[in-house]
Amino acid sequence: MPNKSTKKSSTPVNPLKRDDNERLLTGWGRTAPSMAHVVRPGSVDEVRDLVAKAGERGILARGLGRSYGDAAQAGGGTVLDMSAFDSVNLDTVHGTVTAGAGVSIDSLLKTLVPAGYFVPVTAGTRMITVGGAIAADVHGKNHHVEGSFGSHVHALDLVTGHGRVEDLAPTREAEHFWATVGGMGLTGVVTKATFDLIPITSSLISVDTDRCADLDAVMSSMVEKDDQYRYSVAWIDSVSPSGRGVITRGDHAPSAQLDSKQAESPLDYDPKIVATAPPFIPSGLLNKFTVRAFNEAWFRKAPKSKQGELQPIGEFFHPLDGVQEWNRVYGPGGFVQYQFVVPDSAGYLIDYALKRLREVGAPSFLTVLKRFGAANPAPLSFPQPGWTLAADVPARVEGLGAVLDEIDGLVAASGGRLYFAKDSRQSPEMVAQTYPRLAEWQGVRDQMDPRGIFTSDLARRLSL
Amino acid sequence: MMDALGEPQSVLVLGGSSEIALETVKALPRNRLRRVLLAGRPNAARHAAVESLSALGIAGVEAVDFDAKDTTSHGGVIDAVFDAGDVDLVILAFGVLGDQDAAEADPALAVEVATTNYTGAVSVGLHVARRLRKQGHGALVVLSSVAADRARRANYVYGSTKAGLDAFAQGLGDALHGSGASVLVVRPGFVRTRMTAGMPEAPMTTNPQDVAEIIVKALRKGKETVYAPGPLMYVMGVMKNLPRPVFRKISEKQG
Repeated sequence: MPNKSTKKSSTPVNPLKRDDNERLLTGWGRTAPSMAHVVRPGSVDEVRDLVAKAGERGILARGLGRSYGDAAQAGGGTVLDMSAFDSVNLDTVHGTVTAGAGVSIDSLLKTLVPAGYFVPVTAGTRMITVGGAIAADVHGKNHHVEGSFGSHVHALDLVTGHGRVEDLAPTREAEHFWATVGGMGLTGVVTKATFDLIPITSSLISVDTDRCADLDAVMSSMVEKDDQYRYSVAWIDSVSPSGRGVITRGDHAPSAQLDSKQAESPLDYDPKIVATAPPFIPSGLLNKFTVRAFNEAWFRKAPKSKQGELQPIGEFFHPLDGVQEWNRVYGPGGFVQYQFVVPDSAGYLIDYALKRLREVGAPSFLTVLKRFGAANPAPLSFPQPGWTLAADVPARVEGLGAVLDEIDGLVAASGGRLYFAKDSRQSPEMVAQTYPRLAEWQGVRDQMDPRGIFTSDLARRLSL
Repeated sequence: MMDALGEPQSVLVLGGSSEIALETVKALPRNRLRRVLLAGRPNAARHAAVESLSALGIAGVEAVDFDAKDTTSHGGVIDAVFDAGDVDLVILAFGVLGDQDAAEADPALAVEVATTNYTGAVSVGLHVARRLRKQGHGALVVLSSVAADRARRANYVYGSTKAGLDAFAQGLGDALHGSGASVLVVRPGFVRTRMTAGMPEAPMTTNPQDVAEIIVKALRKGKETVYAPGPLMYVMGVMKNLPRPVFRKISEKQG
């Protein structure tokens, strides 16, 4: 009989065996999953320790995973769940807040709004973290007047590739600060940040709505009147060849505008989840017909023209947050969110892009058009003056890749580019062409992370 | 990295001159391809394969020395390939048909077939799986055969190696399930290639291009097993369950 015990001691570690901390991660678009070791550090020292121990597959911080593509995943690497960094310190003297990187805008608003403050920038969802908002340098409906999130940050703490904690600000270590804003988590791990707030006297938004019969009308109205509003965005009917749309613009309502009942508790804030998408949805549910019906209904539900309508924060800023896990409606194949910016001189590309998406049969559920204001100094920040269009399309549409590549080419030639937080399919060549300061950013990043340990699937795919 | 539309950036072909594998590379979405490694023994066929893909404008096509029978070298070859960069798609395509008559006369020849088709595939397959697990993503395509479903009198040595390979690949797919890495088992019927040149064609015969199309579609859908052509699945479903005397009769007729 062979002796089993002696055999056992020489058995090597099974490389196919799963670790308890391994998780399959995707972005919000639910495409291209990869496996990573997910760890939840409880302190800055633990982050430093994990950074020091990071292996060749790298390390990356992840917030709520709302980037659409592969920005917050790192195949084979260590992914940091930053939810323990959840401190919130409101400074009412300066009108700023210092928040942990893992704090969501959702939870932040629950503290801030009743205290009479609002975040300086909010994306289309409040289910993102402070760390993620800085890494992607997110923008919102106020970009045309107030810029992106990074422009409002006074200071942030970053654990760099050296394992040091750097206290960065636009006024000190400015190069490292701006490389981190929009740097997609590749310069280090943000642990906390201090940023400006908007003082408010009510939790309602005073909204003006304009329904426009075609894309020209939408765009000329935005050029003409956006400057009069702090917040502005247009929804476009991607199915209709006219490009008709609905513009909603507004600002925080002063308490004087509230009726007597609303005035009793002007800073009430209670965003509601109205529904959750079912866990399994057949892949054919979202098709040309259902998308057409949805777009028709969305257009019809808007008033032709209405001024000064009072809407809650959630309804105006985050309509999709009302449906939890809405990303599942695209079925098992997942979806792509395509967002580009082009200068005003190439505004015609908005119409062209919508036409090409219609032609390839890529029904876009929600299509959003917005005007950007001035860019900030961050080399990889997405926004720049002009038009930005965002469209959701199912990933499995036949021929989608070729059409998006074609639009990419036109966007690049016009001086525009794509948004890293949304991207899941552009080419490395496209990035090199459209982010002219990429090499400069890479130089700074290499100083901050000489071992090259901060990485993501996005960084690998795009050779960042 | 594979992108959201399933377009790979890097491909490794084991059995670098396999016609089905080369057609698969040609049928893949090509806009993101930047590294295509054709692994095989240095010979004219491998050289021609590199030339033919490069001529199509595919970037980064290179040859890699690899011998399926030299299993002790497999770990080093696979590590070198993965150390130089992530591999999104691996196609395990090597295999020999062998000569059944000769193999029955000289068992050493049967061992050759078994070593290449089965032993070699198990060895390199496990090395590839180890590296796909480590990088946390990637797909392995294993070219099995309908011969794996039921061995015929006329080529049971070959059939048995494919049966072993097929069972191995299924098990490997289960081992990797949910790990970010995946295995696609492909079971083609009779395909017009160098390997089958001069042989009488069976019903439902296909060309390498047809098999390639099926592989690319199956990858995109995340399938685990696919027949080529698809309806062979039903034919083989029947074949597998035929009583031995009946099956013997049918396969005798087919030669």
